[in-house]
Amino acid sequence: MSKNLVEINNLSIGYHNKAGKLVHVLRDVSLQIRPGETVGLVGESGCGKSTLGQAMMGYLRSGSKVLGGSVHFSEMDMFSLTTRQLESIRGNKIALIPQNAGEALTPTMRVGKQIIEALELKTDIKGESAKKRMVELLGQVRLPHPEVMADRYPHELSGGQQQRVVVAMALAGEPNMLVLDEPTTGLDVTTQAHILELMRDIVSELGTAMMYISHDLGVIARVSDRVALMYAGEIVEDASVEEMFKSPAHPYARGLLESIPRLELAGIPNSMPGQPPIPGTLPGCSFAPRCPYATEICSSEMPELESIKQNGHLVRCHNWEKVLSKDFSRELMNAFQTIERKTLSEPAIELSDVDITYFQRGLKEIVYRTPEPPATVSNVTLTVRRGETLALVGESGSGKSTIVRTISGLLPAKSGTIQFEDFDLTVSVDNRPMELCKNVQLIFQNPDASLNPRHTVAEIIDQPLKLYFPKMTRDERRERQIELLERVRLDGRYRLRYPGQLSGGEKQRVAIARAFVADPDLVLCDEVTSALDVSVQAAVLDLLVDLQKERNTTYIFIAHDLAVVRAIADRVVVLYQGRLCEVGTVDEIYSPPYHPYTETLMGAVLVPDPNTEPKLLASDTPELAPPAQGCCFQRRCPKFIENLCDKETPPWQYPHGEGDHQIRCHIPIKELVTE
Amino acid sequence: MTATTQAAEQPIVVKRQHPIAETWENLRRSWGGMIGLSLIILHVLLALASPYIVPQDPLEMNSQIRNELPSSEHLFGTDKLGRDIFSRSLVGGRIALLVTVLGTAIAMTWGGLAGILFGFLGGRVDEIAMRIVDALLAIPWLLVLLLIISTLGTKPLVQILTFGFTYGYTAIRVARAATLDHVTREFILAARARGERKRTVVIRELLPNVLDVLLVDGAMNWSWMLLGFSSLSFLGFGVTPPTPDWGFMIAKNREIMAIQPWSVFGPVIMLSSLIIGINLFSDALAKALGLDRSQGAPV
Repeated sequence: MSKNLVEINNLSIGYHNKAGKLVHVLRDVSLQIRPGETVGLVGESGCGKSTLGQAMMGYLRSGSKVLGGSVHFSEMDMFSLTTRQLESIRGNKIALIPQNAGEALTPTMRVGKQIIEALELKTDIKGESAKKRMVELLGQVRLPHPEVMADRYPHELSGGQQQRVVVAMALAGEPNMLVLDEPTTGLDVTTQAHILELMRDIVSELGTAMMYISHDLGVIARVSDRVALMYAGEIVEDASVEEMFKSPAHPYARGLLESIPRLELAGIPNSMPGQPPIPGTLPGCSFAPRCPYATEICSSEMPELESIKQNGHLVRCHNWEKVLSKDFSRELMNAFQTIERKTLSEPAIELSDVDITYFQRGLKEIVYRTPEPPATVSNVTLTVRRGETLALVGESGSGKSTIVRTISGLLPAKSGTIQFEDFDLTVSVDNRPMELCKNVQLIFQNPDASLNPRHTVAEIIDQPLKLYFPKMTRDERRERQIELLERVRLDGRYRLRYPGQLSGGEKQRVAIARAFVADPDLVLCDEVTSALDVSVQAAVLDLLVDLQKERNTTYIFIAHDLAVVRAIADRVVVLYQGRLCEVGTVDEIYSPPYHPYTETLMGAVLVPDPNTEPKLLASDTPELAPPAQGCCFQRRCPKFIENLCDKETPPWQYPHGEGDHQIRCHIPIKELVTE
Repeated sequence: MTATTQAAEQPIVVKRQHPIAETWENLRRSWGGMIGLSLIILHVLLALASPYIVPQDPLEMNSQIRNELPSSEHLFGTDKLGRDIFSRSLVGGRIALLVTVLGTAIAMTWGGLAGILFGFLGGRVDEIAMRIVDALLAIPWLLVLLLIISTLGTKPLVQILTFGFTYGYTAIRVARAATLDHVTREFILAARARGERKRTVVIRELLPNVLDVLLVDGAMNWSWMLLGFSSLSFLGFGVTPPTPDWGFMIAKNREIMAIQPWSVFGPVIMLSSLIIGINLFSDALAKALGLDRSQGAPV
């Protein structure tokens, strides 16, 4: 007991729902964290990860209560402390780093002052020394020019910088323990990798213990010493990071790991069927309905969390021996179904010299004769072939969504032409013929936002049906709705439900069904899987591939996750600041020679393997505007050549002759290959 | 490909009802809301049935029993013309209710739709329209009402349209603000990208989302309108005598209030109970719909 910093024993938390029934959120959770140890907490959404993180700080959501068990932090029982006592612990001994750093900072206060405030509240440091300490803290989180940064307001910082400030603030009280609740979700891959390295360094420097909550197994693999896997409010496996990723003993762990698309393996991974139940609703093992190893005992008797090895590998499964007897790495190889590459030639959509800008000349710009800033998206020339999946890749602000919005007609292009069959796509959607609207469909990133919460599934699908087929009768539309739902593998019963009653994956399927109402030729997918759990992500990717096969649909697929792109795309376009960097087929992009920016992106991808280190090349300092001349990546490029890259726009280079693979860089191909 | 049949097999874990049923569930839990709703229903029933159940003829004058004390025969006493105040109070809400209910309906319909439209269109149209609304709102409401009604007359139809118009532009602001919350969301973008007409986007996509805000605002507006109607009656622009009306009764009996305070009790109790009922109900409705986030739904 004495050597553990955090000791959670048989903790159960629940609340009474409207009908007065007791609903469990956490059930019988036991977890120990030693000083200086980093524990990763993983699981699908709704598994109680955040509740456990908050409970560790002695916090319960209103309405919830502790049904049993205890949380001890440095031998203090967190739920028996007074509010005053808790206040003195939180921030001083245990600090939280929340997911959305932008919202955690006060928008009207300079960040330096906010840190000083935290310092004065939590430590004895006052006045000038507080200021000094604040600058020191900002330096510790590796913000460039801490003195300058301290004078900025939160909105003047990028997402990654905001997250650094929040980390600095959490470190102000020199806590023994940090609770991080998905701190990098929503950040770019490169930024995420940098923040994770920072957290690792801080932890090893200061000896702080860390509880890292994330749904991203790649992140967990990178930061944790030990991983606790949660499912339906229970801890189902607790093992060292090494064992968790190399030989997981719980079927859920295997299922999750197998459903992640991987950089080194082409093809779409297996998906896990079903979704987590409400904790405590099943008599036996919560995972039994989704488990490929399930036997009779699983559905009647609850498994205990038992130690299976000397080193404290804990598993809650009746059949762990059977699970362990199968070699995981071989299983992993079989999980990927390779999709055959299509050979295509017929162009579906051609963009040439497209420039898009958000700039509007107002009165002020006319009076002061402000020169027009460089366009947001510039000089994009691309051919998308019929039936292929073209992926647009890049960090946020790289113009991926802008291009897609222009193709869908929501944003006018400034110049250039976009030709789709016989139609001109530079026209705004209001002036497009219905025939064209029908053929170009858009699927959004977040199904929560893209489905009208006040419409039932039937109404949602009915909208485009009524629009595109005004002659259809009510019964015909009904039939078509059911047919479409079945195409996205949803039962007809879903028609009468509201989006709020569906899970994330189901919602996204409804959104896909809506896009396929008119059998479109071109579907624009804007980050369609990034808001979904990994277990569902694979199923959605699989569905998209199947739908594509049926009617030879063309996809333009936006993603920031390079592993997902690897799984689904035929060709890839790498964009930076609205300029093309590299174009090629998947295999060409994912093997050298790389454009320096592609290489940076690849290096930052976190692989669900604790032994792989991300290669951080460029800084993660984002740029607000594209440079006026020269290469778009010049300011971050590790191979920057003075007086060349900043003066001249780099030429296209063709590693395989005048073929498909193009790299826009000054550096000769040979040098790009070797590194 | 294992996931393909999941949806069909997946048991329905959480069973939730239709939003209207859920709102009713929430509403039923709120004491205030139920009291308010009962008061409103009581008043509506009274307004419908009162001519047939009043103990005395509210219009009958009797010089023998002027300014009487409350008694078993005249529960609230009589006024200076010898009319039974209790009966007059029961009947006195009929016109007020008719005018304000229809007025509210008109105000919320045109104000709500205009607000959603301006919010959706945005840009210059929105800018100009909202400045006009601001200008109109700057004029005191009673003045506007008096101005229109004194020129056009006090017929109920004129009153309904006047109330509908003047209270509509407060609804514009509310509806527009609620629309701005939704207009940038992706389902609106999705509808636009699909090629839907503006009318469809406003009515099918935006209206259902703004409706709850409009409902609550409508209930509030209703009580304000009742107050406005009574004020008009009080000033002599409401109903034509001898038709009984609460506001008018209060005005007439005000002169003798010092010596006979009970003479205004009847209309005051009736008017305030209705307004209190509406306010209680609209508060509870806002919570039940989840609009009042500071409070949360009464669980």
